[in-house]
Amino acid sequence: MRNLNGNKSKFVYQVKGLNLWYGDKQVLKDINMKVLENEITAIIGPSGCGKSTFVKTLNRMTDNIPIVRTEGEILYNSQDIFNSEMKVEELRTKVGMVFQKPNPFPKSIFENVVYGPKIHGIKSKKTLMEIAEQSLRGAALWEEVKDRLSDNAYGLSGGQQQRLCIARTMAVSPEVILMDEPTASLDPVATMKIEELMEDLKKEYTIIIVTHNMQQAARISDKTAFFLSGELIEFDKTNKVFGNPADKRTEDYITGRFG
Amino acid sequence: MNKDGNEGFILKEDVKLMNEKMTRPEKEQVTFNKDRIAWRIGLNNFAKHLFFLSTVFAIVVLGILLYQIVVGSIGWLDWQFLTNNLSIFPEKAGIKGAIMGTLFLMMIVIPITLIIGVATAIYLEEYATEGRIQRIIKVNISNLASVPSVIFGLLGLTVFSRMLNLGPSILAGGLTMSLLVLPIVVVASQEALRSVPGFLREASYGMGADKWTTIWRVVLPISIPGIITGAILSISRAIGETAPLVVLGVPTLIMKIPTGIMDDFTVMPIQIYYWTLDTVLTPEYAYLASATIVVLLVTLFILNSVAIIIRNKFQKKF
Repeated sequence: MRNLNGNKSKFVYQVKGLNLWYGDKQVLKDINMKVLENEITAIIGPSGCGKSTFVKTLNRMTDNIPIVRTEGEILYNSQDIFNSEMKVEELRTKVGMVFQKPNPFPKSIFENVVYGPKIHGIKSKKTLMEIAEQSLRGAALWEEVKDRLSDNAYGLSGGQQQRLCIARTMAVSPEVILMDEPTASLDPVATMKIEELMEDLKKEYTIIIVTHNMQQAARISDKTAFFLSGELIEFDKTNKVFGNPADKRTEDYITGRFG
Repeated sequence: MNKDGNEGFILKEDVKLMNEKMTRPEKEQVTFNKDRIAWRIGLNNFAKHLFFLSTVFAIVVLGILLYQIVVGSIGWLDWQFLTNNLSIFPEKAGIKGAIMGTLFLMMIVIPITLIIGVATAIYLEEYATEGRIQRIIKVNISNLASVPSVIFGLLGLTVFSRMLNLGPSILAGGLTMSLLVLPIVVVASQEALRSVPGFLREASYGMGADKWTTIWRVVLPISIPGIITGAILSISRAIGETAPLVVLGVPTLIMKIPTGIMDDFTVMPIQIYYWTLDTVLTPEYAYLASATIVVLLVTLFILNSVAIIIRNKFQKKF
């Protein structure tokens, strides 16, 4: 199998028979899904269909919720992430996450970007500066903030804050970036910038993005997964899902008949 | 027309009528509303004045208190008063011993309450799993904060003075005071930790940080102003508290200035207490008590101001 760059590609994620419960309520039902390297996978579906939960399970952010119980396998580079030998801290350095609401720390722009490298033991100021510049360039924010790296991150606009969060995630040099509705709280211009950015990011990262915005999914993703009531209804190439969906429910959803 | 205020603004009957689109003489309805509004405005005015009077009452009491104390201390409060040792002659008496005692006491209370208090709060808020036991502990810490101080004094007398044989020393007094104010620090720190938004913790975890790294680098820096504010307020309480030390048997007639934590000591509130008692013998002691109260109040005022400054300066918005 070859990906878009023509290189031999591999499966970054292989989800096998994943079930997840919040207390007694089953939120994910027998999910099977494979994610290819350097692709953008969009996850769509109505509110409460389990798409956010699914993405959070991929780097075990659901660990923080005590009532969550999971069953099944998620292989990350053929290693089960629920295996007791898998350290969750290590997994999360490989699989970064960008959240729905921009969540920079109340620190300077520079300190935000180098937070990850710092906690993972990089001390040299020079190295940290290099990482900061590289990450901010990568997130298309460098030109806007290079003269005020020591300013508080909360002085940035919402869209800039979100790109800062993307830069912060990139600074840990992950393989995968999970995005949970990253543009939900942004205006159309900021949203467009982030979408353009994702096109670039794709070359180096595998991206899995949850979105409520159907056009966004159609515009940016290579594959689309449609979730409904905790089930994966359809998962295929984006063109196929939007152009010629196999399932009636997918068609109803993307044509706006419900959800 | 009913004016007892128990009626709703719009009667059920009215709603029914409106829903049924039945016509009702418009004029009558308007007069009804007007009366209600006048009544409400009157009630509001009454409430406003009542609340104003309550505030004035509190301020007047404070004013009288301050006036009496300050007037009593005039002519007695000078540099000599702060630096002299205790004496049976009122003109020569000073409170150096009490000031040093208070300082030594704080050297014990501050580190113990901060370390144990913040550690407890971190455990309860960040590590302990939600559940019945955690809830019981939390409720009881709040209860502990309202236990009368004299009871902590009895605890200190039994455990520190007698069982550990520390007597009425600074160490015993400091440990007792620490227990007394610990719940305040714990509760204040818990609130400060809780005010750190969850999305910041998520951001840190999302980059592979473990719990302690997240607490140390993200949660604590944000909550430290709240923690310090709580700590300063609890220290103010410890400085002003008398009862537990009286129970411990802390004396007032200390001619020797304390030099170490095992020495006997006295503190300002106790000095005030005994001087006030002894006015029967020497009337001038009343002035000395007033002067000491001024010193104590100024100290507390400064501490509270620092707490407010810290809170305002470091307050962060998200």
